[in-house]
Formats: sequence, structure tokens, C-alpha cells
Amino acid sequence: MTETVFFYCFAALAVAGAILTVTMRNAVHCAISLIASLGGVAGLYLMLHAEFLFAVQIVLYIGGIMVLFLFVIMLVNLEAAARERQFHRSWVGGLLCAGGTGAMLAWFWLRGAGTLRLPPAVQPTPREGGNVESLAMVLFRDYLVPFELASLLLLVAIVGGVMMAKKRI
Amino acid sequence: MNFYLLTLIKMALTALVLLTCCAYAVWVERKVLAHIQLRPGPYRVGPHGLLQPLADLIKLLTKEGIVPSYANPFFYLLAPFLAVALALTAIVVIPFTPEFELFGVRTAIGLTDLNIGILFLLALSSLGVYGIAIGGWASNNKYSLMGSLRSSAQMVSYELPLAMAIVSPLLLVNTLNLREIVELQNGFHFGLLPKWNVFASPVPQALGFVIFLIAAFAETNRVPFDLPEAESELVAGFHTEYSSMMFASFFMAEYANIITICCVATVLFLGGWHPLWPAEYGSDLVPVVLLAAAGLMLLFHAAQAARRRKWDRFTFPVFGVLLLGLAPVFLIPVLKPVLIPFFWFVAKAGFLVFVFIWIRGTLPRYRYDQLMRFAWTFLFPLSLANLLVTGLVVALAG
Repeated sequence: MTETVFFYCFAALAVAGAILTVTMRNAVHCAISLIASLGGVAGLYLMLHAEFLFAVQIVLYIGGIMVLFLFVIMLVNLEAAARERQFHRSWVGGLLCAGGTGAMLAWFWLRGAGTLRLPPAVQPTPREGGNVESLAMVLFRDYLVPFELASLLLLVAIVGGVMMAKKRI
Repeated sequence: MNFYLLTLIKMALTALVLLTCCAYAVWVERKVLAHIQLRPGPYRVGPHGLLQPLADLIKLLTKEGIVPSYANPFFYLLAPFLAVALALTAIVVIPFTPEFELFGVRTAIGLTDLNIGILFLLALSSLGVYGIAIGGWASNNKYSLMGSLRSSAQMVSYELPLAMAIVSPLLLVNTLNLREIVELQNGFHFGLLPKWNVFASPVPQALGFVIFLIAAFAETNRVPFDLPEAESELVAGFHTEYSSMMFASFFMAEYANIITICCVATVLFLGGWHPLWPAEYGSDLVPVVLLAAAGLMLLFHAAQAARRRKWDRFTFPVFGVLLLGLAPVFLIPVLKPVLIPFFWFVAKAGFLVFVFIWIRGTLPRYRYDQLMRFAWTFLFPLSLANLLVTGLVVALAG
């Protein structure tokens, strides 16, 4: 019962934050709505007993990346940006696209409801030593090489970003 | 039912004690700073200025809370609330004493026992920047904005060495639960030197402790890293526009953060509630001796109080008798398993708080570019090297 209530609270937070992120006019308000949305997702991770993901979501996304977003937004001139017409010109096109996609999905759903079957929900098995340990085992033992390659890719992206942004180092 | 009642009582008590500690941390800070600068400090309100926090509270409560006309009211009011709420929340995961039995419930001083205590603390500390960032932006003031930008950059930068310094002792204890971390630091090398993580056996974490403390100074915006509120450059930094209780909230958040981070340092590096030397050599008697000595000293000074401070003639004996009465409480066998560990925890955390104030009285402020260069080119590589060495030794020893 409590879990359900918490789930709907976090889900509502995530969805409402996401909607506000694209509808607010002021960029700072958008960023803070996005923070709320990310916080809701973090709560959902916690509901799934993924404590490490919860912490990483907050430390990295909310505490790191979004701070940098806010940092940049605070430095640009918001007055001019807030006065501009932003989303209104493509209302009709957007509605047509969304409606068309929705209709298509509904049609497929109605015609092929029998073949479309979701797999039964997998009950998360409590592994030995908790979530953090099992995640570490998977990352650093089972998939060590892909993990290191991914971090190398990120490093290349960082170095490339610095090279592109700074002409003289 | 007992459990819920006990938890509620503990929550109320913790909140009360923490808020009082925050208020009196201000008094202690002013007193210590004053004595470092050879002046008496707060003296007028109550004996030796002891009621100064109360007077400050009344003053702040009765002041007018002003919202500047071009500020963003919602975020302007949200920011201090956010800052103080996040700062006060962090205390819930700190274990102050080992577990004991009370009315048939196993409990301890300390609110929760999370399996991911450290991660929770890191998450909260990374959120702490928002109170300052949003507050500075919403004030619509150049100085506030500069302060909040500085603080965002500073806190994001110093979070890395902080996290790296936290990870190295975690490698030694192999758990994220704060209570287990403390329990694993039990025991003594050669029967004398405590097995705290600072003195841990394969790799002593003394370097990690120093890195943690330096990063903690930056995370809590304290001198020498108090760039967000550098008075000589930014008026008062991010809280320039704030007044009344909103200003007090930022202040409270700062002191709550200091207290929490000192508790975290105690848990991670200084062995939590474990005593400095074994009980066989009388470490249990330390609180008794300290309190008795303080009480006797007060009584002695009451007998020869300076003529101009005639209230000392009454207040010194009262406090002296109080302390003397408190001393034997630490000898009662029933209370001993709780009070002695609690004393050691509070003593270590209190000493670290004192170090925070001491540094403030000693060091000048860094320049902004020095601050950033120090974080990225010195502290971060150093913490990485510490982590690498620790990891290597732990891997070889294990």
C-alpha cells in the first residue's frame, strides 16, 4: 500500500516535472522542473531497490550536470529569451504528428492485441551482498572490458570537447 | 508501537539538540575568534554572553523579512528553506552510539541505519548547492549572483576530492553502512594505538583525512574558501538581499553543515565512538575528570571573581556545581555503555568543529583562481593517488 502511494508520488513528480520542463517560458524554471523530474526518477530507482543508481542519479544528474546547466542559464540574458515566441508556431504540425503517431499505435494495438504480449514481470531476486556489491561485480568482473572501453570513449569526448572549445591550450 | 513512539521522541530530541547546537556554535565561534584576536567577544547578554544566541534569535524573528521588488518571490523564499532542510536532513544517518536496549527495543542515539548511508550523505551534500545557487539568482542582485555562481563552481569542484577521500576508507572497511564502518574500527594496534581509519593497518588514511577536511572546508563555504560570501568583494555574497529568518536559515544551514561534516569525518576516519586509548588505561574516566576539573575551576574562579564582573560570583558557582554533578553520571554502570561512547563521539566531532573555527581565525581567504587551481591541479590528483595506493595495497593484502 505504502509502496503504491510512493510510486504514484514519484511518478507524478517525474511526469509533471517533464511536462513543466518543456512548457515553462523562463529557462531557470525549466531547469528546476527538470531537476524535480530527475528527482522523481531517483525516487523510482529507490523503490526498485537500486540504491546505487538512486545515489548516482542525484549526485551526477541533479548535483552535477544540472548545476552546470543552471550555471550557464544564469549567465545568459534571460529577459530577451523569455519574451520571444518559442513554441507556438509549430502547434498545428506538432499536434498532427502526435495525433498521427497516437492513431497508428492505437490501430496496431487494436488489430494485434493478441500478438502483443508483455513478458511477465520479473521479481527482483535479492542477491548476496546488496545492490552496490552486485553492480560492482557486474561492472568490474563480468563486463570489465566494455566498461573500460566506455570510459575511454568518454575520455576521448572530454579531450575533444576541450580541444574544440579552446583554441590555445 | 514502542518503536514508533521511540523514533518520534528521538526525532524530536535530535532536532532540538541539533538546532541548539547550531545556535551555540555561533556563540562558540564568536568566543573562540575573539580570544584568538585577544578580545573578550560577546559579553553583555547573560553570563559571558551565554544568552546571546537567544537574543540573536529574537532579533532575527522580529525583523522585517524583505522581498526585493525585482526578485523572483517563489524561488527567493524557496532557497533558504531548501538550504536549511537539506542541511538538517543529513544528520539522520549519523550513528552516535552503539546499540543498546531501551524499554524492550534495541535502539541507539542516531535516527536511521541506512545500508547506503555514505551514498545518502554524498547525495545530500551535492544537493546543498541549490539553496545557495537559487537564492543568489532569485535575489536579482549582481553580488548575489556572483556569490552563487562562485559557490556552484566551488562546491562542484570540491565534491570530487571529497568523494575520493571518502572512497579510500571505504576500501578498507568494505561497507557503506555508517554503523558498520564505525564497528569495524574497533580495537587497538599493540594494545594502545586505536584502529581508526586514520591509523588503519595496511594503509593509514591520514592523507585521506586531511584531503577530506580541506574539501569539507570548501563544501561548507568556510574560511579560507568562503568565496561565495567574501565580504570585501561581494558585500555578503549570495545572501546580500536576505533579512530576518530567511537570513537566519542560511546561517543555520551553514552551521548544521559544519556539524554534520564533522560527524561524518568522525565516523569515517576517527573511529566514531571508539575511545582514544583502551579502557584498561582509564579512557572511561576522561569525561569524569574533564567535567570535574571544569567544575572545580569554575568554583575556584568564583571565589576570586573580578570586581567589575560581579555576576560571576553567582553564575560561576551555579555552573561549577552543575558540572560537578554531571561528572559522576558517567560512572553509573547502567548509563556507562551509552554515555561513554557518546562522549567520545561528541568530543571528536566537537574538536573538529573547533578546528573549523580555529582555521577561520588563522588563515586569510584564497583568491578565486587560486581556489580553482588548488582543487583541480593539486587536491584532486592527490586524492586520486591516495585512492590508487590504498586500492593497490588493499588488493595485495587481500
